[in-house]
Order: sequence, then structure tokens, then C-alpha cells
Amino acid sequence: MSGGSEDRARGVRGVLELLRPRSTRGQLLGGLLCLLLGFAVVAQVRSTQKDGEFATARQDELVGILSDLSQRSERLRADIRELEETKAGLERDAQGDAALREARERARTYGLLAGTLPAEGPGIELVIHDPRGAVRAVNLLDALQELRDAGAEVVQVGDVRTGADTYFLDAPDGGVIVDGRRLRPPYRFLAIGDAHTMTTALNIPGGVVRTLRGVGADVTINSRARLAVSAIRSG
Amino acid sequence: MIALIGLAAGVALGLLLEPDVPLWLQPYLPIAIVAALDALFGGLRARLEGIFDEKVFVVSFVGNTVIAALIVFLGDQLGVGSQLSTGVVVVLGIRIFSNAAAIRRKLFGA
Repeated sequence: MSGGSEDRARGVRGVLELLRPRSTRGQLLGGLLCLLLGFAVVAQVRSTQKDGEFATARQDELVGILSDLSQRSERLRADIRELEETKAGLERDAQGDAALREARERARTYGLLAGTLPAEGPGIELVIHDPRGAVRAVNLLDALQELRDAGAEVVQVGDVRTGADTYFLDAPDGGVIVDGRRLRPPYRFLAIGDAHTMTTALNIPGGVVRTLRGVGADVTINSRARLAVSAIRSG
Repeated sequence: MIALIGLAAGVALGLLLEPDVPLWLQPYLPIAIVAALDALFGGLRARLEGIFDEKVFVVSFVGNTVIAALIVFLGDQLGVGSQLSTGVVVVLGIRIFSNAAAIRRKLFGA
């Protein structure tokens, strides 16, 4: 551009002229407004720094946070009530009946979780037919993990009760070794828990059932109102 | 010059007095400040282009801040306060950028 240097010269002159103080009424008013602006900026910056988290949140966000908090405190209060009832019950009986009952109850729960007690309840039966012999140990592990994620409390694979340290191994000549025991297809999972949740979890797109069908296995899921898991783990 | 002195004096005053923003002003002050900045940049640009008018500057400064605050207030009443204030900030931001670009062209010819 040919007028570049001219523009520039005018620009610099403009700035110099800009900085020359003139005291007309309008200039003073502008100065006053700028003073107000500087003051407001500082005030705002300080107040933003002071309470950073909630100052910028709007009404609906605050309402959300508040309702979250009150829900949590409600839950915690229910916990407190429950624990206080337990405490009162324990204090009331001198013979230790309630304590014994409590301990038995807890032992039962832990036994179910650890797999040392047989269990019964509603749940699903998952059968994996594997005509091509393509199902690997990792597929069965995925199925077990999915069932656990979906809230299965007790799971039996074939005649093996699963526990925290259950492992799956590919057997060299077909089939899968679960906790040292050799299983052959069809693999049968019995899982006690919420049948609807578990079925949904297994059937999600890209999930366990899709993967298994992808390798050529045939999967059937039946929900049962009553299911007996009789296999137990020792110790 | 006086404007610059005023700005510096305002900042100094704010640092000295440590004012608290009153609660009723809190949602509107940030938007009003952005609007004022827009007016400030617009004034600077007009000055460099030689079409600066003090009356226009004062009116646009006050008008912009009041209208910006009013829009946010209206948005709050309608339940779209956060969206509307985002919109106002975006529009004013664009204006500030275009004014800054004009100022840059005037000053450096680039």
C-alpha cells in the first residue's frame, strides 16, 4: 500500500495529539467515566478473587449444587439413624443376643460375598454355546466383570463359584480353566442379582453379548425368579 | 490524557478503598464493564480517525453500560440470564476486537 507511511505518520501524530491535555467539559466528563470504569474493574476483580467458586455461578447452578448437598446430607443422616439404632440395640441386651445376631448376619453376608456359602435368589442364567471353539478365557472374564458391574452378588461359572481371586486361563487343548478346574462349552453362568440390570448390561451395543456373537458363539440369557447357586469355595 | 489519568486514578482509588460490590449489582457489573471497555475502544478508534466527539463518547459509554446491564436483567427475568450474558459478552468481544484492529491499522499501518 502506498499510503501506508502516510497513515502511519498520521497515526503517530494522532496519538501524540491524543495525549495532549485539553480541559473541555466533555473531556472532563470522559475522564470521570474512565475513573468510574477503573474503579468498577478493580472492585469486580477483587470480588471475583474473593469468592471464586460460587460468585460466578448462576441461580440454576446454585440450586443444583444445593439440592446435591441436601440429598447427600439426607443419605448421611439415614446412615446415622441406622447406626444409632444398631448401637442402641447392642446396648440394650445384656446377654449379647443382638450382638450375636448382628455378627451372624455379617458372617452370612461375607460368606456370600466370599463364596463360602450356598446362595439362592432371583437372577439370570447366561449360557454360552461355542460350536467353533472360539471363546477364550478373556471373553468369560469380560462376562464375569460385566455381571459384577451390574450388581451380581453371587456368580457361578459351570460348577465353579467365583470369588475375588477367580482366574480364567485358556486351556492348551480347548476349553477354559477356571480356578484350576477345566470347563468345556457350553459355559453356564448363574448370577444372583437384579435380572433386568444384568441383562441390559450384557446386551449393551459393543458389550459382552455382541463380542461373543462376533466370534461365533451362541448366547442365551434367561432371567429366573429363583436360582440356586450351590457351588462353594473352600476357605 | 484526562481519560487516561481518570482510568489510573480509578484503579488507584479502587485499590485504596477496597470496595465491595453490592449484591444487587453483582450480575450486571461484569457485563457493564465489558460494555464500557467497548465504548472506550470505540472512542479511541474514533479519536484516531479524527471523528471523535466527546458528546458521542459520553452518551455511548453510558448507553452501552446501561443497555448491557438491562439486557442481563431482562435475561434473568426471562430465565435465560446466563445464555444472554454470554451472548452480550461475545458481541462486545467481537466489537472490541474489530475496534482494536482498526486502532492497530491506524497506528502501525498494518
